[in-house]
Amino acid sequence: MTEIHIDHKVLNDLREVMEDGYLHLVQTFLDDSERRLSELHAAKNADELGSAAHSFKGSSSNMGAVALAGLCQQLEDRVRQPPLYGIEDLINRIDLEYVEVRRFYRGEEHRISAG
Amino acid sequence: MAAEQALTVLVAEDGAADRLLLAQIVRRQGHQVFTAENGEQAVALFVEQRPQLVLLDALMPVMDGFEAARQIKALAGETLVPIIFLTSLNEEDALVRCLEAGGDDFMAKPYSAVILAAKIRAMGRLRRLQATVLAQRDEITRHHHHLLNEQRVAKAVFDKVAHAGCLAAPNIRYLQSPYALFNGDLLLAAFTPSGDMQVLLGDFTGHGLPAAVGAMPLAEVFYGMTAKGYGLAQTLREMNAKLKRILPVDMFCCAVMLNLSVQRGSVEVWNGGMPDGYRLSAGGEVLSTLASRHLPLGILAPERFDDSTQVLPLAAGERLLLLSDGVLDTADDLERLFGVERLQGVLAGNRDPAHLFDEVMQALERFGGQPRDDISLCDIRMFAADERVPAPMIYAERGRPSPLDWSLGFELRGESLKQSNPVPYLVQLLQEIHPLRSRTGSLHSVLSELFSNALEHGVLGLDSRLKRDVQGFADYYRERAQRLAALADGFVRIDLKVEPHAEGGRLMIEVRDSGAGFDVQRVLSQPPSEQGLSGRGLQLITRLGSNAQWCEGGRCARVEFVW
Repeated sequence: MTEIHIDHKVLNDLREVMEDGYLHLVQTFLDDSERRLSELHAAKNADELGSAAHSFKGSSSNMGAVALAGLCQQLEDRVRQPPLYGIEDLINRIDLEYVEVRRFYRGEEHRISAG
Repeated sequence: MAAEQALTVLVAEDGAADRLLLAQIVRRQGHQVFTAENGEQAVALFVEQRPQLVLLDALMPVMDGFEAARQIKALAGETLVPIIFLTSLNEEDALVRCLEAGGDDFMAKPYSAVILAAKIRAMGRLRRLQATVLAQRDEITRHHHHLLNEQRVAKAVFDKVAHAGCLAAPNIRYLQSPYALFNGDLLLAAFTPSGDMQVLLGDFTGHGLPAAVGAMPLAEVFYGMTAKGYGLAQTLREMNAKLKRILPVDMFCCAVMLNLSVQRGSVEVWNGGMPDGYRLSAGGEVLSTLASRHLPLGILAPERFDDSTQVLPLAAGERLLLLSDGVLDTADDLERLFGVERLQGVLAGNRDPAHLFDEVMQALERFGGQPRDDISLCDIRMFAADERVPAPMIYAERGRPSPLDWSLGFELRGESLKQSNPVPYLVQLLQEIHPLRSRTGSLHSVLSELFSNALEHGVLGLDSRLKRDVQGFADYYRERAQRLAALADGFVRIDLKVEPHAEGGRLMIEVRDSGAGFDVQRVLSQPPSEQGLSGRGLQLITRLGSNAQWCEGGRCARVEFVW
């Protein structure tokens, strides 16, 4: 079920590379993502919106959140082609997708904390 | 990971999770990692830690990656600090901006440990290559400085030897590049004890140190033998033998050597392989060329060496122009050479010989734009008897003076008469008489005159009146060479007698020959003006010796030096 949200090949690589730092990485990613989302919602112009989408796309892709990264990419592309009519819909879909990603990584936190 | 491949790596990335991940990937590959959250921090960390490789996010707050890359490249100077841009930028112009800011490579998200490791290895290789190139360049620079320094030292030592002579004499004007020694050019001049000026312009094959190594022994022989009064033939023989012995086969020395004798009003010339020199009248006309008639020094074995010279009249105010092939080989922009014809054009156009030297230099400059560094040019004006300034002869003191009561008889016959000049040897011997040392020049002049009179007029029967004009001068020396070559018997005997006399002492010189003698009274009674180019010798001997007389029908000359 999580396959459409998370690329497990990337996830396995992350676990291997990060070793004991994996939990810290997950926590950092979640904190970072909350900030990126706030930036998306607070953006006052196309540039700010594009910049936030670009950053969020990067960190999502690193964490294997392929669908989220794909939506951010769409947003980044859309921002370059005004008018921005209908763009709220895309931002809502990013919010919803992030909920799925966050659910998955919270699970990872619990799993590891429980040891 | 091998220790020598471990690098210090700066990671600049504003996303906390991305930074964490990237730092961990790099660290796991064995490198040391510094992290920065924006461009400004990255630059500050670079200054502080001097990392060897930089991973730089393109879009960062405060200062973006492009500006940080520019500053880091500027700070790194000539050291190669590879910068890999971290970007998921997919527009072409953004990638171009990365390269223009100094980026060496790109890395897209999501980060792949395998690709990153490969890129870091590639950049490490590039970095080491650049470091090697820089190290080699610095080493070449060091070697170059070292070489220049060695040349400075060699030149300083050589200048002490080469400029021991009389190049500064007022009748010589010369041009040599400061580093002519390393072009193989060599100019030497010195007075003999009797006041003849000897000049040598040489040109060793090759350039640099190999061209310079032969110069030192050549100069030593030149100065040593000139100071002792040896003439051209013996000195050239010695130089040739020495160079033949010490130089490799492909090295030799073109040379023109002169002896200017005020006494005889003549110049003796030997030219082996140098361009023509020119003998010029006081008005600047070319009287004759001093052409090469021999192989250069250092080629022929001593027994095959030809020391025959040309003797030409040279009156006070007449000049000689010597040059190295650098003058003729000066090239213009089209690689055409200056050449003999252009030089002769300058000679023909000259109205005042005092300006000839400058006119040649100006012609070269006009022709070639920039003068070569291997031009040697030397202009020598024949001086008058009263203006010559022989360099003082300084002999080292060697223990106590010998007792001054001895005699010596010395007779040269047949082959020895053809080959030897006993005068330098005898003058050396007479140096033992310390009170006479200040009169070495006179001693040398008197002995030389007595010996050459005995040989030329006595044994060979040459008439000095032949030398009355320029043609006769040439005839005289040609005849001299022929008769000397044909000589079968005859002798010249020199007797020296040293004895105490009053408070000091007395040296008696007797020179006898096997010739027919001459009418002493008639020759000595002629006014000097009628003697012309001939007969100056007797006047000189009478002037320099304490008591000069001729006896035995002109076959024996006696001169005394009293102190």
